[in-house]
Amino acid sequence: MVRVRVGIVFQILVLAGAACSSAPPSRQAGAPAVRVAAPEPPPAVRVTLPKTALSEDEQIMHALNRLGYGPRPGDVERVRAMGLSRWIERQLEPGRIPDERAESALKAFPTLAMPVPELVRAYPEPDPKVLAKIQSGEMSQQEMRTVAPLEKRPFRIPVELQAAKLTRAVLSERQLEEVMTDFWFNHFNVDARKGAVKWMIADYERTAIRSHALGKFRDLLLATAYHPAMLFYLDNWMSTKADLVVPTGPLKGQKRGLNENYAREIMELHTLGVEGGYTQQDVIEVARAFTGWSIDKPREHGTFIFRPGAHDKGAKRVLGHVVPAGGGEQDGVMVIDILSRHPSTARFIATKLVRRFVSDEPPPALVERAAQTFRDTDGDIRRVVVTIVTSPEFFSAEAYRAKIKTPLEVVASSVRALDGELAPPASGGPQPGGGYALAQQVTKLGEPLYQQQPPTGYPDVAEAWVNTGALLNRMNFALGLTANRVPGVRVDLARAVGSADRRKPDQVLDALLRSVLHGQATPQTRSVLAAQLDDPEITRATRDDRGPANTDVEKLAALVLGSPEFQRR
Amino acid sequence: MDCCTRRSFMKSGAMALLGLGSVPRFLVRTAYAEGRAARPKILIAIFQRGAVDGLSMVVPHGDRDYYDSRGSIAVARPAAGAADATVDLDGFFGLHPAMQPLKPLWDDRHLSIVHACGSPDTTRSHFDAQDYMESGTPGVKTTQDGWLARGLQAVPAAPASPFRAVAMGPQLPRALRGDVAAVAMGTVADFDVKQDMGRMGGGTVNARHGFESLYEQGVKDILHGTGRETFDAVKMLKAANPQRFAPDNGAQYPRGRLGDSLKQIAQLIKADVGLEVAFADMGGWDTHANQGNEKGQLAQRLAEFSQSLAALYRDLGDRMADVVILTMSEFGRTVRENGNRGTDHGHATAMLVLGGPVKGGRMAGSWPGLAREQLYEQRDLAVTTDFRNLFAEVAVRHLGVAATAPLFPGFRIIPSRYPGVLV
Repeated sequence: MVRVRVGIVFQILVLAGAACSSAPPSRQAGAPAVRVAAPEPPPAVRVTLPKTALSEDEQIMHALNRLGYGPRPGDVERVRAMGLSRWIERQLEPGRIPDERAESALKAFPTLAMPVPELVRAYPEPDPKVLAKIQSGEMSQQEMRTVAPLEKRPFRIPVELQAAKLTRAVLSERQLEEVMTDFWFNHFNVDARKGAVKWMIADYERTAIRSHALGKFRDLLLATAYHPAMLFYLDNWMSTKADLVVPTGPLKGQKRGLNENYAREIMELHTLGVEGGYTQQDVIEVARAFTGWSIDKPREHGTFIFRPGAHDKGAKRVLGHVVPAGGGEQDGVMVIDILSRHPSTARFIATKLVRRFVSDEPPPALVERAAQTFRDTDGDIRRVVVTIVTSPEFFSAEAYRAKIKTPLEVVASSVRALDGELAPPASGGPQPGGGYALAQQVTKLGEPLYQQQPPTGYPDVAEAWVNTGALLNRMNFALGLTANRVPGVRVDLARAVGSADRRKPDQVLDALLRSVLHGQATPQTRSVLAAQLDDPEITRATRDDRGPANTDVEKLAALVLGSPEFQRR
Repeated sequence: MDCCTRRSFMKSGAMALLGLGSVPRFLVRTAYAEGRAARPKILIAIFQRGAVDGLSMVVPHGDRDYYDSRGSIAVARPAAGAADATVDLDGFFGLHPAMQPLKPLWDDRHLSIVHACGSPDTTRSHFDAQDYMESGTPGVKTTQDGWLARGLQAVPAAPASPFRAVAMGPQLPRALRGDVAAVAMGTVADFDVKQDMGRMGGGTVNARHGFESLYEQGVKDILHGTGRETFDAVKMLKAANPQRFAPDNGAQYPRGRLGDSLKQIAQLIKADVGLEVAFADMGGWDTHANQGNEKGQLAQRLAEFSQSLAALYRDLGDRMADVVILTMSEFGRTVRENGNRGTDHGHATAMLVLGGPVKGGRMAGSWPGLAREQLYEQRDLAVTTDFRNLFAEVAVRHLGVAATAPLFPGFRIIPSRYPGVLV
């Protein structure tokens, strides 16, 4: 493949007008097809980097590892040529980064962009009568597959979403957008396994999370609150004013009432934090405000609906603010405004972001500055991220390589380091391709994507995922990956080894350390690995080589990927 | 990250005494099997994550307010010969009908139940309540380690095994984090470096040896410490080969994660790898909607739960003499049914204690009642047994933790407050 400087690709795409499908809406879709290349517009945010003890390449590695899923071959050189501050500026405006490779790979996942009602129709739950026949033995699983093919069952949707997530993490140029989407999804966690969420989850990530990942926190919070995935996951769609007797419809005569689940979690997990200063009474008041925020037939339409009859029309008092009587659907919006502007929210979100980007133990001064930016900009996420990633704390020696990669990060960064290619799903078949195979590896490492049951999402400190079993699985993943035994995933060891003479293990080792760890291996690791090379077992004779034995590059590369250094970012 | 003290401590245990890596492997296995070390007392902790409805699990059918508070989700009163009714235990309490498999244990006096058990903390957050129950410090978030880790730390182990504490699952639970070696494993079979995956064989580099060397370096951090623990454990498990043990006594584990976990815990126990604390969990208890009564969503979870426990009990047979199984959940659920035929987050719940050392066939703790004025905040079952008094009784009297040990920082263990679940 011909590799072109990113900046040049960008200009080519500007020439092509609307070729970039995920361009921001402000882009002129009807612009003339051919135009003289305009100079790149100025960045939305200017980034100035602080003084730091880190070398230039260390800064670049740090940024590629923290703002993305680690470098692919050539990335460090590209960022160096562009300038790190420019690279960060571009990452902050993902819509302007051309991303053909990822976008073309994502075309293999038709469910990603389908509206919820269409998904419910196209991926229906198998007919209960068919299921009963299987239970009774009247029908075999095989026969069932012809009636209800696996690739047309609802779970295909989260499967494709998992595959897409790995595809993007590995291939997308919009690395920061991926990181932020992952961060916010985890923050506003929903579980694909809960009831109708499976039909809604892809739309949830696309329309509620991804599109606001670097936008205003208030818009993000509002989008999640309105989304049927969240309404279903935290039960708000069924919450009604106290002692409601359903007046009409199939549930006529049944009693309904208040459900506090969402009201509690929106304050504890989404905004204020558990010590953010709310009471049980606030939980009840917020639950009352959100009564009527519901879903129109989750298993048929699955879209938001406001049910005036279920809404508690009385006045509410939330965190000292009065929500006047008669507000209807706007009660919920008003609660969102109160919560998103509460000082506890600024602090809570700032803390989580600093933990994500800087350290498991967030430096208090940086948290304070990030919270200040949050308050000053009315919750502009992009500005808060800039405060964090341009801080001296971010580029400090203490923060450098101090974080341990999560399961997703270690899988994606391994594939990136070895320039991995992902096979698309077999067309029309049940095989979901290389992206899904990688998602299954993430599951093995302990954090199955889109399947975290508690609303807390996954823990954001390393203690939770570093343990003996998980570490073994990381080593086993490295062994499988470098041997090209992860189905649908091909890594390019030849590229990693480069021009090193394969018959000379020392050369191969140094080439691997350079290309995978970018010289970040400690002297101890280098010498341990070199010692392995002295072992006569390290080399092997191959069939195509009757001469000197070739180095077992696969295992050596696996050792490098499974090394303590590569577990860090 | 101040994790390293505990991790580096690891190597100094009796694993070093056993000299794994240099001493022939059979010695490892025989250390326990030949009786040179007494068989350890074992605690199996099972966490019902999501807050189980204690009032449906162990039904207070003799409390008239129970049936007044619950409409569609109440579990029917015991009735002679009825399969879909509460299984009476003592005329006042009964097991959910899906928990029939545990009735023989009650009859054998190997099952005790502590009802109205829970945390003094008022939180109704799953996250916090689980955290408090596992850290053993209700209301205190800054506690770094878990109560089971502190318990093990307080018991001298000779010889210490890397499998003193095992959690079935991909992640080490909070309860086992701390200054003690603990292993999390998805399955017993997966616990090795798989250098020859697939048919291709693949090279001659000894990847296990390579990784081991990489993590053996002197750096004191969480990764290296964990790496060293990992390889000690891999070697020992290979030698002990737990997978050769099939379930005994015709035990049949139900399909599902809990059954799988308990089956493998039984294998580890039979392989005498030095297991003292095992941890498993099961989700699906957060029944905000359509909870069901004798049948339904919760009934299905309870069936899997009880069948798994009963299978473990049968499988371990005589070994249950050394085993206590303790179940827990972060809180209970509202006494009243909510608007969605479910229940919301409440306060106290019921916890089960099973095993040979258990003073079974009786309810422990006291019953606060379900009348409105008896409820906590007029909505939830009140706590009459602080979960720490139950956990302390098991840790002190079964595992041999000193009552003066800092099992629950800031909480004094007073034996007269034990619910009295052990013989």
